[in-house]
Amino acid sequence: MRKEKTLNNERTAGSVRFGFSRRQLCIPYGVFLLCFVIIPLVLIVVYAFRGNDGGFTLDNFVKFFSSTTTISTLIISVLLALATTIVCVIIAYPLAYILARSNLNRGGTLLMLFIVPMWINFVLRAMAMKDLLTLTGIFGINNYLNVIIGMVYDYVPFMILPIYTVLTKMDKSLVEASLDLGASPLKTFTKVTLPLSMPGIASGITMVFMPTMTCYVISDTFGNGLITIIGKLIDEQFTAFSNWNFGSAMAMILLAIMLISMWVTGSFKSEDTRGANL
Amino acid sequence: MKKLLQVFYVFLMLAFIYAPILTLVLYSFVDTPIVDIKSALEIGFSLNLYKKLFNDAALMKIVWDTLALALIVAVLSTLLGTAGAIGIYYSKGKLGKSVSAASRIPVINAEIVTAVALVLLFSLIFSESRSYFALVVGHLVITTPFVVLSVIPKLKQMDSNLYEAALDLGASPFTALFKVVLPEIIPGVLSGFMLAITLSLDDYIISAYTRPAGFETISTYVYGAMAKSNANSSLPALRALSAIIFIVIILVVVIKNFYSSKKEVK
Repeated sequence: MRKEKTLNNERTAGSVRFGFSRRQLCIPYGVFLLCFVIIPLVLIVVYAFRGNDGGFTLDNFVKFFSSTTTISTLIISVLLALATTIVCVIIAYPLAYILARSNLNRGGTLLMLFIVPMWINFVLRAMAMKDLLTLTGIFGINNYLNVIIGMVYDYVPFMILPIYTVLTKMDKSLVEASLDLGASPLKTFTKVTLPLSMPGIASGITMVFMPTMTCYVISDTFGNGLITIIGKLIDEQFTAFSNWNFGSAMAMILLAIMLISMWVTGSFKSEDTRGANL
Repeated sequence: MKKLLQVFYVFLMLAFIYAPILTLVLYSFVDTPIVDIKSALEIGFSLNLYKKLFNDAALMKIVWDTLALALIVAVLSTLLGTAGAIGIYYSKGKLGKSVSAASRIPVINAEIVTAVALVLLFSLIFSESRSYFALVVGHLVITTPFVVLSVIPKLKQMDSNLYEAALDLGASPFTALFKVVLPEIIPGVLSGFMLAITLSLDDYIISAYTRPAGFETISTYVYGAMAKSNANSSLPALRALSAIIFIVIILVVVIKNFYSSKKEVK
């Protein structure tokens, strides 16, 4: 029965006459993904369980979890990423709310001004922020503060856009209904608007949290060489120490963290909003 | 009062976003290794850094190499991603679902993991993990999924009967695809292309791992300069380069936005 149905579809797609159907168009991309995404990730897993003698071992993971250096690096990375993400949510939410609800943002011009930086090279933006911090004297205060400011500056547009998108799509009659039924504006916000904007916050978190944990460009250049995050540890294993097995094990641990954070934020239906306004 | 508070907050955020950019543009006119108020007052404003930039053949080569790479990557990923999106959308079976799932991996994966995974692969296939081929493939891995993501919504919006009608009227599947489907989804294809260019220009980590020896992109060069210099300030000529890039991008986006909002009014 099912076979008959596919056969029918194939015929309408013209494959009987021409040996071609639209679905075949995903084959080149499928092969590309298999070769350059799936197989490389399988290689990561293979190398992660490989010892220096080439045999199977769990040593790489034991080494990671028994060393205080790597564990403290992991903790610092998570804390820095958490701090950056929280600051991003706190400063981006009110802005997205104002842009979505007030008439300041007529025609979307103001929003445009806030997301233009997304199209500027992030290393150049980091350089600009570093110059400003140096000029104002903030740079000398604290290395962690520098890194958090640098990261928030580079990633906050990725938090503004998804929150703005959910807020504009939200059914405003729900807010009116809540107010009409006697809820205070504050209660309406916490019980109606905020829960409904969770998907936007969740997709903002996925766009900010993982990169801040792993992208060592900011921590290297803003931390005066004193702050190492997990991405840098992996980088060192592949460049400075050439211990690919240990590096792969750490990459696998990152993959696991990514899956966990996806599972946590995945309870909200998230959508990719990067470039949605392009 | 509430309105005033809102305006104040918006201005505060605008200042946060644009103060660094303005500082950099301002100091692109001051030929000083250290960005501070004293040197600006002593040295004064000049076009020296711009002259240095355009006379620096190595730096200009990096700019053109970066742009050429972004263009090559954008063309290839638009072809691959558009075909992929059409295939994914019309294949209801396992094939489309698995390609679509695999396509999400580079989007959510940490870039460093994608990069080292490619290093493992290329060092197994070739003796050297770095090459221009590896660089292009690396960029395609991170840009193509975004092309797919921007084409799929346009396919969803399209009237599915159009394609069938074209076939019934005697068009071959290829003709129907090019004359009926493609014109319908072209806005998504174009925004995917633009997104691919930006992502390629923006990339640091993949480039750092796959670029052949001696090849630099703007990102890798600036990072190298920032990491090497002990001074807290940027390399002077790079300020002129960044100022040009900032202004070009802001102008392009503002003009595009102005143009499209004007069209909406009509």
